[in-house]
Amino acid sequence: MSATTQSPAGKQPGTGEGTGNTPGASRAGGPASTTELVSWKAGIGLGLLALLGTLLFGFLANPKSAGFRIAEARDPNASSTAAWVTLAVALAAAAYVGYRWLSQRREGGGVDRWIPATTISAVVVLGLAALGVARVEKITVPSMALGWICSVLLLALAGYACFLTVQRRRTPGWVGGVFAVVFLVGFMIWIVAGGRDPEPSISLGGLLAGAVTLAVPLVFGSLSGVLCERAGVVNIAIEGQLLLGAFSAAVVATMTGNVYVGLISAAVAGALVSLVLALVSIKYLVNQIIVGVVLNVLISGLTSFLFSTLLTADPEHLNKPGRLQAVDIPFLSDIPIIGPILFRQSLVGYLMYVAVIVVYVGLFHTKWGLRVRAVGEHPQAADTVGINVNRTRFINVLMGGAIAGIGGSFFTLVSVDAFSKDMSGGRGYIALAAMIFGRWNPIGAFLAALLFGFADNLQSIITIIGSPVPSQFMAMLPYALTVIAVAGLVGRSRPPAADGIPYVKG
Amino acid sequence: MKLELKGITKRFGSLVANDHIDLVVEPGQVHCLLGENGAGKSTLMNVLYGLYDPTEGEILVDGKPVVFKDPGEAMAAGIGMVHQHFMLIPVFTVAENVALGNETTKAAGLLNLEATRGKIRSISDQYGFDVDPDAMVEDLPVGVQQRVEIIKALVRDAEVLILDEPTAVLTPQETDELLDIIRQLKRDGKSIVFISHKLREVKAISDTITVIRRGKVVGQADPTASPTELASAMVGRTVSLTLDKAPAKTGDVSFKVRNLTVTNHNGQHVVDDLSFDIAKGEVLAIAGVQGNGQTELTEAILGVQPHVAGSITLDGEELLGKSVKHVLGAGVGFVPEDRTLDGLVGTFTISENMILDLYDKAPFARGVGMKPGVIAENAARKVEEFDVRTPSVSAAVGTLSGGNQQKVVLARELSRPLRLFIASQPTRGLDVGSIEFVHKRVIAERDHGTPVMIVSTELDEVLQLADRIAVLYRGRLVGIVPATTSRDVLGLMMAGVPAAEAEASASAHTPSGATTSAVTEPAGHEGETHV
Repeated sequence: MSATTQSPAGKQPGTGEGTGNTPGASRAGGPASTTELVSWKAGIGLGLLALLGTLLFGFLANPKSAGFRIAEARDPNASSTAAWVTLAVALAAAAYVGYRWLSQRREGGGVDRWIPATTISAVVVLGLAALGVARVEKITVPSMALGWICSVLLLALAGYACFLTVQRRRTPGWVGGVFAVVFLVGFMIWIVAGGRDPEPSISLGGLLAGAVTLAVPLVFGSLSGVLCERAGVVNIAIEGQLLLGAFSAAVVATMTGNVYVGLISAAVAGALVSLVLALVSIKYLVNQIIVGVVLNVLISGLTSFLFSTLLTADPEHLNKPGRLQAVDIPFLSDIPIIGPILFRQSLVGYLMYVAVIVVYVGLFHTKWGLRVRAVGEHPQAADTVGINVNRTRFINVLMGGAIAGIGGSFFTLVSVDAFSKDMSGGRGYIALAAMIFGRWNPIGAFLAALLFGFADNLQSIITIIGSPVPSQFMAMLPYALTVIAVAGLVGRSRPPAADGIPYVKG
Repeated sequence: MKLELKGITKRFGSLVANDHIDLVVEPGQVHCLLGENGAGKSTLMNVLYGLYDPTEGEILVDGKPVVFKDPGEAMAAGIGMVHQHFMLIPVFTVAENVALGNETTKAAGLLNLEATRGKIRSISDQYGFDVDPDAMVEDLPVGVQQRVEIIKALVRDAEVLILDEPTAVLTPQETDELLDIIRQLKRDGKSIVFISHKLREVKAISDTITVIRRGKVVGQADPTASPTELASAMVGRTVSLTLDKAPAKTGDVSFKVRNLTVTNHNGQHVVDDLSFDIAKGEVLAIAGVQGNGQTELTEAILGVQPHVAGSITLDGEELLGKSVKHVLGAGVGFVPEDRTLDGLVGTFTISENMILDLYDKAPFARGVGMKPGVIAENAARKVEEFDVRTPSVSAAVGTLSGGNQQKVVLARELSRPLRLFIASQPTRGLDVGSIEFVHKRVIAERDHGTPVMIVSTELDEVLQLADRIAVLYRGRLVGIVPATTSRDVLGLMMAGVPAAEAEASASAHTPSGATTSAVTEPAGHEGETHV
């Protein structure tokens, strides 16, 4: 009898399978048959964008050419060496990773997640290094012709997506990616060609470097969000943490005459905001979102009041912090385009890279991170294996606050050398959007913040060169992008399951 | 290791959940805690596991008194627990779940999951678990998830393993496998505390049975005692485990489901091309392990599922695509599977809950106004008729016990003239007394000439109520069989084996016919373990 009762159970997928190493192989539990529920979202969305693109880049194209200046190197010889070395390294990296990609595909197994992204970035670096080696200073393109080429490509991609939908097949991810790149290229050419000059051009290096700079507070803010939400606490107070960080960095740095003390005080200020958030929401179980919003309003009011009473009365002793200067990293900063972007940063900028890497490795590869994620997903399960849920949350919220505070110091120690009213300007909320867009992953949040920074910087550059679009519309760009990104592209992302839910034992 | 509980008392305010409970778990013994839902079994185990502090009493390990402030200390002392609701993180892999709280690390706190994988593989091989350390937990069937929980305890060198209602979510076959695993663990000298209210399993596996009723130990029972004796000890009065019902007097087929397919948001067919009929005056029970499309089926009939294709007709009228209000108006009575979530509004009074679907109709409403007098009077009448134990009809429904809440739902749904009655898990979490009551009302509705559809994951309930049984597996209909079908056949069908094949294989191996499927020969399993 026993043999009989065992055999049907053995037929169930999952119980009957051996220990296959790919997670996909042991996938079970779902019904046997599926029909793809193919949504028209991709087809219609891409179609509308393609039509818009055709209208703008094709029909409304400007006959002028569009110029893109490659960053001017300061020391041609050093730059050339750096460019050659980069070229070699990028070539080797691209070849190696590309080989891994192909061989993994050929074996039929899944491709490691990091491989495609790494290959693409290696190829991009390779291209930029090649520009540097060839000493290209400016690329000028005919906007009309390229505008039409882009339009046709966009329409073709949208048509392909629709075709797949009609065939009841899912649109693969690369279609959206290529569409985004083509749209961006077309948009850039169109908007630059629409400038006031007879031969309008923008500096590509300046555009990217500015994007990274503008992204710095967003990255810190979104890392703060990642730390808090991965542990299950919603941190709406990022805005307040940035603002108080900026304020205290300015005041303390002026009073002590030392910008580094100012930087530390910014972290402390951010952590203080977090302390209130943690105490009220974790210990007294008040709704986390309400506490966060209230904290933002409170800090905005408090800093505005102190600014207009004390700081404006005596800016010499209270609001003249001095600056954290950009530090060149020798050799690396000479790499064409990439060098100035990545390796000509202030201390806060370098701290940003460190923070992204530390938070990423910490969350996904350490004991601490495993516990934090467990607390954010299923606090009761964490509790039953002896993890102190609320202590973990408390510490994470404090750390998140300190990180956001450092991000706030960027405003007063790097960007502008004085505090002014509400100078965070809603970037805490954009940081929150970047965190969601980045799917609660530090690297994703970093890239999303870069995208928002790019939109922000593009907007200001375009306003300077003059554009066919009213500047008010351009000013909407970062926010419009945020809405599209958060609403349209992250539909399937999953927040930590216990995000925002207080944990009460028993 | 010998575990002793002495005089454990746990009070929550004025409620005494455990009242001076004494318990001795000998090494290498399977000790069953038998008691109804709410008898205090889980509370006692949570005290033992360090989740609650006992109000009084002490815990002794090998004769030495110990105090567990949190689960970590209990685990360190060699106590492992498999909770009724698994304490696994769905988006983590098996290895991550097992490592959590007990991580092996390399330098700088970096995780060494390879060490954990090795431990999982060796335990998995030892007991024939067949668990892939890299599988994502949410992708695993519940039976395998339970093994992950057991691995979690074993990795922490548990000597005493507490299993809290372990079979509630399992198919009969998975239950057999679990009982085999328990026997193996016992052979290795582990002690098992097995908490259950299912008599069949308790009898099959226990060495000692302690019966708990209303927070007190009412005595020890012998595993050889008859099920009726055990049930009586558990409830405190003589109970009949069989339901007296007359054979069904079926009328015309009035409810027809044709090619019903429900697709979920991932594009999976959670209900797949289902066709069946229910005649007037007949109970069709839908059997199956939880999560095989039952919820979606009932919700599709009610009209709350998106992406539904096929046809559902009641007395010739098409219900598919109609609003919920229209469906209810057509005479469908619906008892949802989770009364606290879908059946009742906890903070509303009993009176209000009694008219949740009738609030805008006469005699409860006139124009935009409601008539509180009529509503209260209606509630008072129903409370009496359905024997709802409550101090007042204006008490919030959330303050009632599960059984009384379910009676309120039934009272509301059965208070209108019905043309179809659907009840999902009508007795989940109820005590034996309430179960008897609910079953009688369901049969009364059937005898009234209403087609009745019962969805239940409890085979006992299915067998008691059904006139015909439809078995669902992964959204598909495995077959519709008569109510006289044996447990073995049904169990096989619940695992997806077609009726004819199940019939053949069950009769080939059990010539004596329908014996209890839970009693398997332990030796028979060894050939399949991966050693």
